[in-house]
Amino acid sequence: MRTRKPLRPATVAKNAGAVLLALVFVFPVYWMFSSALKPNSEILTKDPVFVFTPTLDNFSKATGVTNFWTYVTNSLVVTVGAVLLALLVALAASFAIARMKFKGRKGLVLGVMMAQMAPWEVMVIAMYMIARDAEMLNSIGLLTAIYFVMVLPFTIWTLRGFIAAVPVTLEEAAQIDGCTRGQAFRKVIFPLLAPGLMSTSLFGFITAWNEFAMVLILNKDKTAQTLPLWLTQFKTAFGNDWGATMAASSIFAIPVLVIFIFLQRKAVGGMTSGAVKG
Amino acid sequence: MTVHSQGATTSAPQDAPRKSAGRPPQAPTAEAGPSDTSPRGGRRPLPTGWLPYLLVLPAVASLALLLLYPLIKNVILSFQDINKIEFIQRKYPFAGFANYTQLLGDSNFWTVVVRSFAFTFANVVLIMVIGSLIGILLNRLGKWMRLVLSMALVMAWAMPIVASVQVFYWLFDEQFGVMNWVMRTLGFSGYEQHNWFETGFSTLTIVTILVVWGSIPFVALNMYAGLTTVGAELYEAARMDGANGWQTFWKVVFPNLKPFFLVTTFLEVIWVFKAFTQVYAMNKGGPDRASEILPVFAYVEGQSQAHYGLAAAISVLTIVILLVVMSFYFRLILKQEEEQ
Repeated sequence: MRTRKPLRPATVAKNAGAVLLALVFVFPVYWMFSSALKPNSEILTKDPVFVFTPTLDNFSKATGVTNFWTYVTNSLVVTVGAVLLALLVALAASFAIARMKFKGRKGLVLGVMMAQMAPWEVMVIAMYMIARDAEMLNSIGLLTAIYFVMVLPFTIWTLRGFIAAVPVTLEEAAQIDGCTRGQAFRKVIFPLLAPGLMSTSLFGFITAWNEFAMVLILNKDKTAQTLPLWLTQFKTAFGNDWGATMAASSIFAIPVLVIFIFLQRKAVGGMTSGAVKG
Repeated sequence: MTVHSQGATTSAPQDAPRKSAGRPPQAPTAEAGPSDTSPRGGRRPLPTGWLPYLLVLPAVASLALLLLYPLIKNVILSFQDINKIEFIQRKYPFAGFANYTQLLGDSNFWTVVVRSFAFTFANVVLIMVIGSLIGILLNRLGKWMRLVLSMALVMAWAMPIVASVQVFYWLFDEQFGVMNWVMRTLGFSGYEQHNWFETGFSTLTIVTILVVWGSIPFVALNMYAGLTTVGAELYEAARMDGANGWQTFWKVVFPNLKPFFLVTTFLEVIWVFKAFTQVYAMNKGGPDRASEILPVFAYVEGQSQAHYGLAAAISVLTIVILLVVMSFYFRLILKQEEEQ
């Protein structure tokens, strides 16, 4: 704590500016939650209402949509599936990149770097044609596979960094103590990777959870769609039922907001490349 | 809010802002485990057998199948003539450069190209300028105010795009939106029931507000992280020499953070240029296709108009533009690696 100094006009101006900016940035998020909790009579008013008795009606309306649980299940299946696959495949690849010399390693590193910037949103037409000709439209499996490849390069990069940071001598010591190379990896490196695995999987989760363009073009069948598409439906289905739309948006956003608050220290100063927002 | 990076001794693209800010990466400390150094210090000669290839095979195979192949397929499709009939019959005759000549001779295409560039330019300038200013402000705030502002920024950053599009659509609603009320309260006339989505320009303006709002936090928080590495004594020295705030920024801060500015600008250009979700979810590229940017233009040409070959050609041209921007970006990254 600093000792209280008399406030100078400059300090007052700075703080006032900061408060104003904070309000501007948080307002849409606040408005989403507050509209979600308002009774409909208080939403459809010419002048906005700021004080009201909260109700959960909108939430039950949003989750009462046909197929709601199908959307939830699909979203969970594709995100969890993609993240687990990416962790598994990336662990193997990043171990090789970080710890071994082999022909083509440099090219692979460059390829992974490029793949991180892949313009997925611009490839949807080609993906649609491929999926149609392979009879794989409306397939949860294909969507999971695509999301897995979306988060894979980023996962490889990050894990490579974590593995490289574990001193080789630790592994060697374990091997001198009689571990095989595989055991050394399991008992020495793997436990040290826990934070890395945690943060990469959460970022992978956010990427897959938010993805919109691919699922929009590939899965026209409602039973194969994910939550982002569920969100865009309210505008048409209910003739602009704003309460239900905001409740749906809140349900969709809460997991991501929670993860972000948890991860923000890691997110700042690193993590770009479209892994967070792309 | 501390910037804290565990591990990550890579010089990956995503580390660029931090690296340029000159943060020494810290290795996670091994708390347990034997720490006796082996007689053979440093890296041991690694096995160059089939093992590394086996380890990278799944990753390479999946990237080849689901990333490289669609990219190649995209190029092939762009040279084929595929409209409704061909699509149904699944016969894709080759058409040479017909799709490209048709596009390059089409004034609508050029309108979309100009629109995409203008949209990207406006967004990136706003994001970089306002983001940097907020970053500087963060650096000068007291502990508590800084926490308040950064938490608000993190909230905006974390909002999923599809959710924030719904919220902005609601904020700008014709009948009951808050924005019309704000405009009325500020004394503007004509905002009784102003339709913000009446024109393509107005729609893209709202998309711009959304994109800028959602992207500033990334720039501001990273800028602040970078500023904390510019030593306080440098500011002090600049002050002693009688520099004002403006001079201090250009003489002290900017040279130190130049790599950060460059890298972040390129990243933002790439992100904004392919902002499909924001534009499409907001108004489907409407009204009357007037808010389409290139990725949306490709999607609508393919999906609604059933001009698949043409859509593929638009995608290829869009990717080429992105590749040009990316090549600058990678050159920067590699240069930074060499300087390490």
